[in-house]
Amino acid sequence: MSNIIKEVQEELNGKNEFPDFKAGSTVTVHYKIKEGNKERVQLFQGVVIQRRGSGATETFTVRKMSGNIGVERVIPFNSPFIEKIEVNKVGDVRRARIYYFRERRGKSARIREKKVYATK
Amino acid sequence: MPGIIGKKIGMTSIYSAEGKATPCTVIEAGPCVVTQVKTEEKDGYKAVQLAFGDKRAKNTPNALQGHFKKAKTTPKAKLVEFDGFEDLNLGDVVSVDIFEENTFVDVIGTSKGKGFQGVVKRHGFGGVGQSTHGQHNRLRAPGSIGAASYPARVFKGMRMAGQTGNARVTQPNLQILKVLTDKNLILVKGSIPGAKGSYVIIEK
Repeated sequence: MSNIIKEVQEELNGKNEFPDFKAGSTVTVHYKIKEGNKERVQLFQGVVIQRRGSGATETFTVRKMSGNIGVERVIPFNSPFIEKIEVNKVGDVRRARIYYFRERRGKSARIREKKVYATK
Repeated sequence: MPGIIGKKIGMTSIYSAEGKATPCTVIEAGPCVVTQVKTEEKDGYKAVQLAFGDKRAKNTPNALQGHFKKAKTTPKAKLVEFDGFEDLNLGDVVSVDIFEENTFVDVIGTSKGKGFQGVVKRHGFGGVGQSTHGQHNRLRAPGSIGAASYPARVFKGMRMAGQTGNARVTQPNLQILKVLTDKNLILVKGSIPGAKGSYVIIEK
């Protein structure tokens, strides 16, 4: 991406600071919803399927099972509607976009948690 | 119409106060130098010639170097005439501050060249019939281009295959979302013709 575009994005769009996460992680997204004049926060917890784009146009997809139905939300990373993102679990997956996860149901739809070893 | 010469930088999105993302194109516009003022008496019409973009003197013909010397400026890459400017003299500088936010402009550029293309891509034809059931090599063909012994010719302007893109395209009525005067940048809503780095004309 050109440097000028980066500068413009930094100047015009606030940058959201979130903990690092990638595909396979389980996250809880706290996002603000406007209902008339009232604003409230809703939670969306699920597995991150992918992150794509860069800068102001970066988005990530979160998938969760609502009963028997899979629900996916594409969320712009720098959206001012996001209050915070919690990383609940870091998954051990081998690719950056885990589309195969959509076909999984039940026991096979589990992602192994990444083991983090303490560094000396 | 008064305007300015710019360079397409690329696209991004900006968020409005309500949090809505709007796609926009970033254009580096100006500062442009007035290299010639055409008058009614001398040239038969009124216009102002603006110059933009740096170019090495080595790659500029001597005649043009003299032209730029008259305006006391360095050699420029792109020269465009505009009308509608008032009270501009040789050597004056026109910058992005002639534009205001939330007004509408036309952006003129050279579209990306697509080479020699068939009618499906060039004019949006649907092609002929089916791809299976014995259909043979006519899938993307134009179909009939006219009747038989009367008129016994193909009408002018019949849409056919040919060079696509690489033509002057005007994208009218684009909203100006932001003008960054200190950086000489202008952000317009939506897309504009041409590749990144190509010269465009922004008209009021």
